[in-house]
Amino acid sequence: MSTPTVKMTPKFDIRNNSVPKLRPAKISVRHLNFFYGRNQALHDISMELPERMVTAFIGPSGCGKTTFLRTLNRMNDVIPGTRVEGEVLIDGESTYAPGADVVELRRKVGMVFQKSNPFPKSIFDNVAYGLRINRLTSTRAELAERVEEALTNAALWSEVKDRLNSSALGLSGGQQQRLCIARALAIRPEVILMDEPASALDPIATSKIEELIFDLKKQYTIAIVTHNMQQAARVSDFTAFFLLGKLIEVNTTETMFTAPEQKLTEDYITGRFG
Amino acid sequence: MKLSRSDRIRRATSTVMTSLTALCTVAAIGVLAIILFYIARSGVRSLNLHFLIETPKPVGEGGGIGNAIVGSALLLALSCIIGIPVGISTGVYLSEVGRGWFASVVRFLVDTLTGIPSIVTGVFIYAVIVLRMKHFSAYAGGIALALIMIPIVARTTEEMIKLVPHSLREGALALGAPQWRVTLGVVLPAAAAGIATGVMLAIARVSGETAPLLFTAFGSRFFPDGLDRPIASLTVQIYNYAISPYDEWHAQAWAATLVLMTLILGINVTVRFFTRKKF
Amino acid sequence: MEVHRHLDEELDTLRDTVLRLGGEAETALRRAMHALVDRDVTVAREVLEHDDAVDALEVEVDRQCIDIFVLRQPAARDLRFVMSVAKTAPLLERIADHACNIARSAIDLAQEPELKNHIRIGEMGEIASSMLAAALDAFTKSDANAAREIIKRDAEINDLYNDVFSELIGMMVTAPATATRDARLLLVAKHLERIGDYVTDISELTVYMAEAAIIKHQRGSV
Repeated sequence: MSTPTVKMTPKFDIRNNSVPKLRPAKISVRHLNFFYGRNQALHDISMELPERMVTAFIGPSGCGKTTFLRTLNRMNDVIPGTRVEGEVLIDGESTYAPGADVVELRRKVGMVFQKSNPFPKSIFDNVAYGLRINRLTSTRAELAERVEEALTNAALWSEVKDRLNSSALGLSGGQQQRLCIARALAIRPEVILMDEPASALDPIATSKIEELIFDLKKQYTIAIVTHNMQQAARVSDFTAFFLLGKLIEVNTTETMFTAPEQKLTEDYITGRFG
Repeated sequence: MKLSRSDRIRRATSTVMTSLTALCTVAAIGVLAIILFYIARSGVRSLNLHFLIETPKPVGEGGGIGNAIVGSALLLALSCIIGIPVGISTGVYLSEVGRGWFASVVRFLVDTLTGIPSIVTGVFIYAVIVLRMKHFSAYAGGIALALIMIPIVARTTEEMIKLVPHSLREGALALGAPQWRVTLGVVLPAAAAGIATGVMLAIARVSGETAPLLFTAFGSRFFPDGLDRPIASLTVQIYNYAISPYDEWHAQAWAATLVLMTLILGINVTVRFFTRKKF
Repeated sequence: MEVHRHLDEELDTLRDTVLRLGGEAETALRRAMHALVDRDVTVAREVLEHDDAVDALEVEVDRQCIDIFVLRQPAARDLRFVMSVAKTAPLLERIADHACNIARSAIDLAQEPELKNHIRIGEMGEIASSMLAAALDAFTKSDANAAREIIKRDAEINDLYNDVFSELIGMMVTAPATATRDARLLLVAKHLERIGDYVTDISELTVYMAEAAIIKHQRGSV
């Protein structure tokens, strides 16, 4: 069952018996099918990601949630032999249309990976990389300003402002991941995709990243893949459950975790899966 | 603490194996040390400033290897100018761009080239270039050496680039970098140290080549006066002196060997210094 | 694909404990009513003595619920179950308390002159007892429909209470000599009415547990 609309149980409120309003969809996916060569990895996925809200993708290993995430910024293009059917629309424009500009897409839709991957360059050069190659600044001062802005938004500025020219590889794991977030934020994307951003981090670093997501969602639409259901519950507004390449259910997070509609969803969430 | 019998056997075996490996290490390094020491001792006698800057003279009149040093340097430079870019580009092509049957063919050819005896390369260049030009030349020598260099550089470049983690590439792609930018700006710098090692290996290999030069650069007793003329080189000069019947020239051969080893060592150290990991 | 989870054992233990608590409440009510109707002071005293055990069970349920919440982070069906149990236990304990109050009244009333057919308090007691039994059944089976039926029966008890109230007030006015006795009986009727309310609350929790629908404070729109 793949439903493009999000259903919500009415949240009981004595004063004001109303249902929260949905923001307009930033990303719409329509009947997406994805193939690795002969293997079909995603089956007829349709869903919407509302703007400036966090949508979490959950599901067991191999269910296709990461593959799906990567179709949103066409990162699967680098893998040979992959094929896409269906549409992904961002602000109404199809990203897989022939002639669509992939570079422009990736500027709009940033990505943070599971294992932080800072370049073997200085901290400054890491954050400036996207700005430089896309030629988004014209003066050295402007570049420095944008780098500072990105590092501040990633809650890392105060920790690194005195050592911008030192190697990025000298940072701790949690700091490196925030550096990667800063690097993605520097080019001012509209959407941020996160692939298990905290799975390699200790609990304190993880909670820093989660707090960061809370701040970021005021400005950015965020999609996050996570293995950790409690994290999905803490951080997301909507949750989508994937299984074997199919979208089983998508709903507000409260609904998913208190009263999911599909038995498969409930079995997964309560740990009854083998 | 009482040791059980099997425990004692284990400890004894461990000691024996450790000693054996240590012995092998000592043997390997020892041989190398003996060679270096022997060369140094034999060569240092004839080493002086005149030796280094003069051209060869008939027996009894002294002379030196000045032109051979210059010649070797020129030949090395020529081969690097041709060999390094081609080698690195091939390596980059094979690892980053090449897909399908064409890349497999290229890879196969590169592998085969690594195995060709250098004298065969020399003969080949002799037939193709020297005979056409109707005389020996530095160009021919440089090209022959480049042909030896290219497969080594290509292979190590490919391997080093493959070692660059895929996550680094994805990070750059996700920021909107086109593929060529990713390769040049992120992948190559990350693989630079490894590639430099490969280049150095190639240079070291090529500096010691004698056989191909015999048919291409040939050798000369004068300072080079043009790249389309025959040119001297340390290796050929050592060869000529070593097979001669004169003791004086034998001594000069030792000295020249010492100079050659020092130069190769110097190149090693310099390249290592410039590609040390800063990040 | 069902996997045996530690949580299942803990949920079963929790269910057992709360059902035991329910059983205690049922027994307390039944015996208190018996003590009242048959003027059996001994039984009444036993009910009072047993109340500590009931309180201890409620504390036990509390502790188990907290443990499951913090250690297992239950979700969906399991979450609703534990939440409902945590809210049902105090209700059952209060029902048992009201039964104790009825038992105390039974002891006092045994000294007073007997009132023939106790108006309809006995009937109220029967309804309350059967509602409680049915509510515990519905809770065990997660039967939302049965729970809804129980909620409807609350109206019966309330109507009965109003009748009894009017009758007793009438009697207190016309026969002031037995006013103390009538007042005590009025209190017993009140306790039974409250018990009916608590049973209704328990049934609403059963509906939440089964269907995730919050229907409380919506009398009349079940």
